[in-house]
Amino acid sequence: MAAELPDGLVAFVKRDCPTCVMVAPVLAALQGTVPLTVFTQDDPSFPPGVDAIDDTELEVSYRQGIEIVPTLLKVENGEVVDQLQGWLRGQWENLTGVAPLGVGLPEHRAGCGSRSIEPGLAERLAARYDGGRLASRRVTFGAEEDEFEAAYARGWSDGLPVVPPTPERVLRMLAGTSRAPSEVVALVPPDLVPCTVEKVAANAVLAGCRPEYLPVVLTALEGACTDEFNMHGLLATTYFSGPVLIVNGPIAREIGMNSGVNVLGQGNRANSTIGRALQLVVRNVGGGRPDGVDRATLGSPGKLGFCFAEREVDSPWEPLHVELGYRAEQSTVTLFAGQGPAPIVDQLSRTPESLIRSFAACLDATPHPNLALGFDAIVVVPPDHARIFRDAGWSKARMREELNRLLTRRGRERARGRGDMDEGLPDSLAEADIPKFREGGLYFVHAGGNAGMFSGILSSWVNPNGGGSNPVTVEIRK
Amino acid sequence: MSSLEVLDPTGERQPADRQRLPRPATIEGRRVALLDISKARGNVFLDRLEQLLTERGARIERFRKPTFARPAPRALLEEITARSDLVVEALAD
Repeated sequence: MAAELPDGLVAFVKRDCPTCVMVAPVLAALQGTVPLTVFTQDDPSFPPGVDAIDDTELEVSYRQGIEIVPTLLKVENGEVVDQLQGWLRGQWENLTGVAPLGVGLPEHRAGCGSRSIEPGLAERLAARYDGGRLASRRVTFGAEEDEFEAAYARGWSDGLPVVPPTPERVLRMLAGTSRAPSEVVALVPPDLVPCTVEKVAANAVLAGCRPEYLPVVLTALEGACTDEFNMHGLLATTYFSGPVLIVNGPIAREIGMNSGVNVLGQGNRANSTIGRALQLVVRNVGGGRPDGVDRATLGSPGKLGFCFAEREVDSPWEPLHVELGYRAEQSTVTLFAGQGPAPIVDQLSRTPESLIRSFAACLDATPHPNLALGFDAIVVVPPDHARIFRDAGWSKARMREELNRLLTRRGRERARGRGDMDEGLPDSLAEADIPKFREGGLYFVHAGGNAGMFSGILSSWVNPNGGGSNPVTVEIRK
Repeated sequence: MSSLEVLDPTGERQPADRQRLPRPATIEGRRVALLDISKARGNVFLDRLEQLLTERGARIERFRKPTFARPAPRALLEEITARSDLVVEALAD
């Protein structure tokens, strides 16, 4: 809702701006000559000799989107038809139709920032004048209540502190997307609640996200709530897993995601908070809570949030999203129902033939040496291991082929009772050749720090062979 | 400290308290559905339950979810609702 502006010339000024002080005599001269309305942002008596309108509450400046003072608008029938910022004599003469103007002043002087865009103040103005577009119920904490304890008390936290989702913060978060706050992103399990962009933004605030992370969170939620990914089952299972998010494409660099040192660890704001925001949406909007619908026996620390970016820049291989059919310049988030990493240590191999055998031996036991086909895996390969495959020209397809060959066994070699362990494949598969991984169930992602002859296995919850989850990739739109 | 106003980040679904249905006066002649969620050995529990309930005059019908890893299909829920007065769901682990 833009405030009605009077026709004629409309100026926005503040005393705190030297350029405004300089052009004050020009405005005073114009006021007797042409229809002119002046809004003053900080001092109602400024400019001297001008009958200015008090806009110290900044409502008109905010609604008009004023960024620079002085701003001079030309208004016809309530519409702005021309405008200028700062002082440039020729421009002022053209727009006002009055010349000469400002005799004795320099030809040009840049303006200053409008008070309505000052950091901190801008968000308060947005909440005051645009808060009406937020539909969420307002919750008022008690005057003596600690705001962080209040959020805990209402059950909004995963155990770590959350940032209170004030209207100012949620509006600032919403600036990170072009989507309308009222747009429904997904039906969030387990309660199948229609979740709006606004609710996602509120939970992104809780999680500690910056606004530019919001498109990734929104996309991750879309992917999580597909039938294929089966977030409800993933939440309800007694198994360890949670959603693991892998971000590909330019957005990862734009928002400062970590794909290098300690990539699966703590300490990078984007990685830590994006994954957490998704989990908080499931908790708060969907109603999925530990010891409620979440029945995990052990869980895993990644259920606080597990998100990282692929190290695309110097990877020996095409990135994950390109392998899945996207273009390199697209940005995507891939969801994988998993946990980890489980270590692969091999500091001595210098040939791919040797190293791939180490991969195979470690993958063979995931999640049990006598089980196969029911679980997927992502091997996160850092540069030191990747280099060995790169130098030998091994593609991802070649690695998969070798692993498939090394890990395909007769069913009886993984049968119940094998190794004196009752767990295993049923006897009906005893004579069949059984690959360890289903087709499309084994992935490689390049990430991690420069030094260290290690790789990491992220293993999955049951895949669709067991009624579980299929990885899902969704393009990120801003 | 002034009071802080925040936006409710939840689904705003705090449901009105769900009232429990009254306990049936008798199970004799009632249609009782036994739902097996397909967890290993859930059937052992349900077999024994069927025996005990049948001795008490209940009419038993068995149902089974395709997998414990997903919610029951809508069609199955509707079938159980249409064909039963009472339901026992067996979890096993």
